[in-house]
Amino acid sequence: MPGAIHAEGLVKTFGDVRALDGVDLDVPEGTVLGLLGPNGAGKTTAVRCLTTLLRPDSGKALVAGVDVLKHPDAVRRSIGLSGQFAAVDEYLTGRENLQMVGQLYQMRSKAAKVRATELLEQFNLADAADRPAKTYSGGMRRRLDLAAALVVSPPVMFMDEPTTGLDPRNRQQLWEVIRQLVLGGTTLLLTTQYLEEADHLAHDIAVVDHGRVIAKGTSDQLKARTGGERVEVVVHEREHIATAVEVLRGFGKGEVTVEEHTRRLTVPVAGGARLLAEVIRELDIRGIEMDDVGLRRPTLDDVFLSLTGHVAETAARDEQDEPDEQDEQDESPADAGKEAVK
Amino acid sequence: MSATSDSLVIARRNLIRMGRIPEMLVFGLIQPIMFVVLFTYVFGGSIQVGASNSTQAYREFLMAGIFAQTVTFATAGAGAGIADDMHKGLIDRFRSLPMARGAVLTGRTLADLVQTALTLVVLAVVALVVGWRTHENLGKVLAGFGVLLLLGYAFSWIGALIGLSVRTPEAATSGGLIWLFPLTFISNAFVDANQMPAFLRHIAEWNPFSATVQASRELFGNLPPGFETPDAWPMQHPVWASLIWSVVIILVFRTLAVRKYRRAAG
Repeated sequence: MPGAIHAEGLVKTFGDVRALDGVDLDVPEGTVLGLLGPNGAGKTTAVRCLTTLLRPDSGKALVAGVDVLKHPDAVRRSIGLSGQFAAVDEYLTGRENLQMVGQLYQMRSKAAKVRATELLEQFNLADAADRPAKTYSGGMRRRLDLAAALVVSPPVMFMDEPTTGLDPRNRQQLWEVIRQLVLGGTTLLLTTQYLEEADHLAHDIAVVDHGRVIAKGTSDQLKARTGGERVEVVVHEREHIATAVEVLRGFGKGEVTVEEHTRRLTVPVAGGARLLAEVIRELDIRGIEMDDVGLRRPTLDDVFLSLTGHVAETAARDEQDEPDEQDEQDESPADAGKEAVK
Repeated sequence: MSATSDSLVIARRNLIRMGRIPEMLVFGLIQPIMFVVLFTYVFGGSIQVGASNSTQAYREFLMAGIFAQTVTFATAGAGAGIADDMHKGLIDRFRSLPMARGAVLTGRTLADLVQTALTLVVLAVVALVVGWRTHENLGKVLAGFGVLLLLGYAFSWIGALIGLSVRTPEAATSGGLIWLFPLTFISNAFVDANQMPAFLRHIAEWNPFSATVQASRELFGNLPPGFETPDAWPMQHPVWASLIWSVVIILVFRTLAVRKYRRAAG
């Protein structure tokens, strides 16, 4: 039984660029899939194919059990899309925007009005309801955009980088809204370049690079692939590095990595907090002063690095030319020369 | 899913926007008003139409031309508006909704039609102030405005296609305007085409734009005394020619624009 979102072998090329190079996805009903990857990886193209905005060259897709290529209109009735850029009409008020979307979902004008008021309350926009969206802050616009995607409470939701460009406080707020939504049973496909975001929100994560899914699994499974936990120590004095390496070698189960200029030492371990306490005790006995010490679990950044051989480095640069990301240029690999390692 | 109600929802949205950006309407008026004043007072004394070289004859001759040029500027408005919606991601939102496919464009062109009508009303008042008079009954005069509005509506579909084909609203504005200048000047809008060199005269006589100018000029009773109507078919039957051209433009460009919208938006 295919999930609420199901794709097999999706391929989409723009000229020479294979934006999607055979993508398979399956999102069981009521779960969240995080599509994780740098800009240009093909995330947006995948969402556009699944939401009927773009026709894939080949492959097959089912959303809410309906064939996307054969019955796009039926799919449109069951989905909500919240884009990378808040797609609301800035000259219309929040209320007018939601009412318009409701009517275009074929609700009667009165029902659309009632629903708009409900959503404005729910998304904490009631006070600004009758102001043009132009006057809204970035966070408010995102909330309005999300509300617009939820007008008919669609069973399947797509969110393309819902928090890109938001400050941490607004991001937290939006995460909370998304969590509530999923508790209500909505199936969600979420793209993000924030590794932390996928970690917080998604049940499963698919890592995408150069139009392919290069790894799939839960956050824990992916982290396990990069090796387990490690102890990290920053010593206060440079001359203590040698002694510290000696100590760590005794506790670790692998090579000690040393960063001379930051005086940071890392070693893979097995044994958790108890082992950490022993390490600290031993270092203290040897009279080594520590600036920082801790047990680190691998982050999704580490996962990405170990899977692709490069960090998700395009994010910072591409945020500057946001408007262009909507068109096909977005999907041209930023660093076509590099290969996936592993 | 109703094409009509979806189009009206979109038209309403565009009219609300228009009310909140009144500058657009005002700027849309400045250029034609300037043309009325320039042509009436600067060139008016030296341009001869028909057998008459009276300033009053030219003034009356001129207005149909300026009205027609003004309605064609709806092209640029529609184009820029749609390019802007694409740019901002609104077209993506609309395309993800279970709404009638052509409604976004139909709604837009209908709203532009309302704007064009408002512009014409203001412009007609200005024209009356500088001395323009009609010499036919009210029905014919209204029919004269009718053919003008239909032409404007047809041209807004050309604008819609341009708007969907360019990358930025700025490109849609300039792309929507550039070709209008030769189109509106190589015509009978501002001068008597009979006085052009033969080659240009033929173009002017078959120019779809000239047909509408000639039609409204006739319906307003603004043909100057002693004016020789050219033999070309569209000039002999300007109302029919104008209607046919406008309908053909709508059919062709609506089909192209809707297809483009369905396939390529975003």
